[in-house]
Amino acid sequence: MTKQVFNFKDYIRPRFFPHIWCPGCGHGIVLGSLLRAVHELGLDKNEIVITSGIGCSSRISGYVDFHSLHTIHGRALSFATGVKLSKPHLKAIVPMGDGDALAIGGNHFIHAARRNIDITAIVMNNRIYGMTGGQFSPLSGLDKKATTAPYSTIDRNFDVVELAKSAGATFVARSTVFHANECKNLLKKGISHKGFSVVEILTQCPTYYGRKNKEGDAIQMMEGYKTNTVKIGSKKLEKNPDLIQRGIFIENTDIPEYCEAYDKIIETAMKGKA
Amino acid sequence: MKNKNNIRFVQGNEACVEGAIYAGIDFFAGYPITPSTEIMEHLATRLPQKGGKFIQMEDEIASMGAIIGASLTGNKVMTATSGPGFSLKQEALGYACMAEIPCVIANVQRGGPSTGNPTHVSQGDVNQARWGTHGDHAIIALTASNHQDVFKITVDAFNMAETYRTPVVLLLDEVIGHMREKLVIPEPGEIPVVERLRTSVKKGIDYHPYLPREDGRLPMSDFGAEHRYNVTGLFHDMWGFPNNNPEVVSELLRHLVDKIENNVHEISMHKEYWMDDAEYILISYGSSARSAIHLARNRRSRGVKLGVLELQTLWPFPTEMVKEKCAGAKAVIVVEMNMGQVVTQVKNAVDNPQTVFLANRIDGQLISPTDIKSLLRMIQGKGV
Amino acid sequence: MAKGKTVKHLIDKEWCKGCGICIHFCPKNVLEFDKHGKAKAARPEDCIACKLCELRCPDLAIQIIEEQEVEHEKQE
Repeated sequence: MTKQVFNFKDYIRPRFFPHIWCPGCGHGIVLGSLLRAVHELGLDKNEIVITSGIGCSSRISGYVDFHSLHTIHGRALSFATGVKLSKPHLKAIVPMGDGDALAIGGNHFIHAARRNIDITAIVMNNRIYGMTGGQFSPLSGLDKKATTAPYSTIDRNFDVVELAKSAGATFVARSTVFHANECKNLLKKGISHKGFSVVEILTQCPTYYGRKNKEGDAIQMMEGYKTNTVKIGSKKLEKNPDLIQRGIFIENTDIPEYCEAYDKIIETAMKGKA
Repeated sequence: MKNKNNIRFVQGNEACVEGAIYAGIDFFAGYPITPSTEIMEHLATRLPQKGGKFIQMEDEIASMGAIIGASLTGNKVMTATSGPGFSLKQEALGYACMAEIPCVIANVQRGGPSTGNPTHVSQGDVNQARWGTHGDHAIIALTASNHQDVFKITVDAFNMAETYRTPVVLLLDEVIGHMREKLVIPEPGEIPVVERLRTSVKKGIDYHPYLPREDGRLPMSDFGAEHRYNVTGLFHDMWGFPNNNPEVVSELLRHLVDKIENNVHEISMHKEYWMDDAEYILISYGSSARSAIHLARNRRSRGVKLGVLELQTLWPFPTEMVKEKCAGAKAVIVVEMNMGQVVTQVKNAVDNPQTVFLANRIDGQLISPTDIKSLLRMIQGKGV
Repeated sequence: MAKGKTVKHLIDKEWCKGCGICIHFCPKNVLEFDKHGKAKAARPEDCIACKLCELRCPDLAIQIIEEQEVEHEKQE
């Protein structure tokens, strides 16, 4: 923990502000939480490589004063895998949107989890494709409106937490941008965790998702995160099992991390045992 | 006298691996695909022995992504594939062009389109290597017809990737990849090896990852080192930040094309056989060139003034060189295993395109000297 | 007011996009819209420096600075 007072200007590239996100977009709150997490962990900016894909979420990488790799749609985790495996001492953070993480990038998501490579995947779940103007995503869920679902969606949604758990992620957590402090704490734990960590953050898209689905403006959507979510195992779930749970779902330190496992392969190979 | 331990009897795919090791490969990511798989199999063994990293990714796209990521931390990187996989890699390959990331992509060609003819030879991906990814760009693609040359051009591919900060395609083919023949591993220093050019800009001083030096080269800074910059597939300024200012866009696109097209003389490699007095010229490359050389040797013994121009650099296409070499020829026959991809370039290069003919085979079988001879005799007016 | 502290609200009006999140969720009703539709600290003296506005500002436009000058002088 650093003693220095947090000032986000120490961690951003201020010339690109104000950012491109819409008024009330939750992504800026994710950005703020991430910067605070990095600050409180006392990480060296030179140690961090932030790798993103395409979409609103991916713009985070350009705003932060870390090594930043803005890649192609859905493939950020594969680029980050190359970064991490080649230089395991670097901290790999990968912010992704719905499509990046679970549509076009779904394969990379489950395989990064399976390998347990030490990457922190931040799934910024706003239940919509924002950059392209409001098409439904694999996180939208049933009976939602989108430009590509004018009569409402018939596609079910993934549960990011369940998917990450079953794919083998060794740290899985969920929070919302309403709970910005909790968000920061979970990011700290995710980044510190040795292995593949997934932090799902519910973040509002008032411009497309909110408007199309009559969920109101950013404020109303954040009120929704307050009322529709509870801490894991809350008693409120007995009355209302549909409430979304927040917190740490899995934190497993027994599974070998991929880069460390590969170091052992190198050791074996160098002894000529291959 | 060569060290006997340096003499091997290997597949072309292994010769490629040996070349990569000689060039200093640190990192390989790939996905199994016939007929390239032996490249990844051998590197899975060889890389960790020298402290390098090998990873079998979940798909072809991820492999391309992983090598780009690893290149940015300062590694010499490579992936290997064949047609269907090469198709999948194209978007990320374009990213490497745009973001100027050194990397080597081996495509051991098989018959296409689609799944095509996986275990048989083809040279159908020549144009895909040039134009597979979208948008204007330049690319370097190298090829070879024997294992000694496969070794050499693999080293060249790594060298060019570093020199020009660009992806380099190694266009091998199934026959070259799977055939076994002798390979003599050169001694260290015998073939020059180009190392990553890193910036000398000190910490705290503004570093421009995308500002070429006077000699055109762009010194890099490893991810993890003191310079934090941005890498993107968007048009970008000299710091790597997205920029769509019309001047920035046009200047960057011109730079990406010019850095390769203006250096054709440096990049272009070819071999000549009996070309000094050749009246008829066979232009070929890859495994097809073996048949062309065989035929020329055979015809020379019968007094036919036949020469062979073997291309090792397919892209950027050596237009000037081909024009010059073919200037006095009665006829030029392009020998390739596709519907005519290099022949279009040759017709475009020479003064008399009507004297350029295509000897090809597209059925998955290696083109034979007899196949070429039939056409040659027709052109000579001798009948088949 | 937070005990023994003065609280400064640095609000970057260029960065603020006027979403109103900070105003709505402020537990002490310190903030309101200015005439340009941007956030301003109308009642800074009521601020308890919980920093929820800073944490939840999507535009990174708010910084809460706690100054302990008064206490500092007393100690000396």
